[in-house]
Amino acid sequence: MSSDSHAPHIVGYGKLIAVWLGLLFFTGLTVWVSRQQTGIGHVWGSLAISVVKSGLVITFYMHMRHEGWLLRSLLFVALLTLAIFIGFTFFDVLYR
Amino acid sequence: MTQPTHKDYAGAKLGMWLFLFSEMLLFGGLFLLYGVYLARYPQEFTTASRHMHLFFGTLNTAILITSSMLVAMALTAIQRNQRRLTLWLLGGTIFCAAVFMFNKYLEWSDEFGRGIYPNSPKLAAGPPGESVFYGLYYLTVGLHGLHVLVGGTVLTVVAVRVWRGDVHAGDYIWLENGALYWHLVDLFWIFIFPLYYLVL
Repeated sequence: MSSDSHAPHIVGYGKLIAVWLGLLFFTGLTVWVSRQQTGIGHVWGSLAISVVKSGLVITFYMHMRHEGWLLRSLLFVALLTLAIFIGFTFFDVLYR
Repeated sequence: MTQPTHKDYAGAKLGMWLFLFSEMLLFGGLFLLYGVYLARYPQEFTTASRHMHLFFGTLNTAILITSSMLVAMALTAIQRNQRRLTLWLLGGTIFCAAVFMFNKYLEWSDEFGRGIYPNSPKLAAGPPGESVFYGLYYLTVGLHGLHVLVGGTVLTVVAVRVWRGDVHAGDYIWLENGALYWHLVDLFWIFIFPLYYLVL
């Protein structure tokens, strides 16, 4: 068997279904928001909802909630790298 | 097997996550392109995105979210040693992947029929911003569709291994890593859907 000791964290079916209902709710919400006349607010509203939805998927479906510091910090570094890419590109693009 | 094989559970999962991070940067680059061109052609992007099929986009979002739940349940099932249930749940996930691709086929067929495809005469004659929108749409969604095909294939291999007993309650890293990949495919769609179908 495995050389490293790991206690598996079993996520119950009930919790998985609850997250699924949450994701469906946020999908409905994002469609509803997009039908409102809020102009540029659409972009930020939709992205905020997408971030919440991906947070649910990563935390519960991808078990990040039960992972140790290594995977958590690596995820943080990856997202930070992406944020730097996107942020610095817009510093350039928006102020030309 | 007579020889005990060395298994590194943490290493296998770490390797999968590192691969997923590289995938995030790949799609992140495409989202960055979208953002930059949206800033340059806001009007054309608005006009172009009005012609997208909101119905197919929403339906496929629900299908992918459901498939993500099914594959997460499959992991729970194998951990609880419910082999038959695991196979049903994996089958459900693969079925969702197939339905997703079929919807994509219907959607793209309709768009191609209306003269919207890369380098089509209709787009070439229109404003440049609209052809940029559709170019990015076909690139991003096409690459995502490729990931759905790969994910479906990987999960089929996993299902065969569960069926043969190679993947079981004591050793399910194949299923866990396959599920992680599938969740990532869902994650990308969570961003693609509002950006291309809804935002404008």
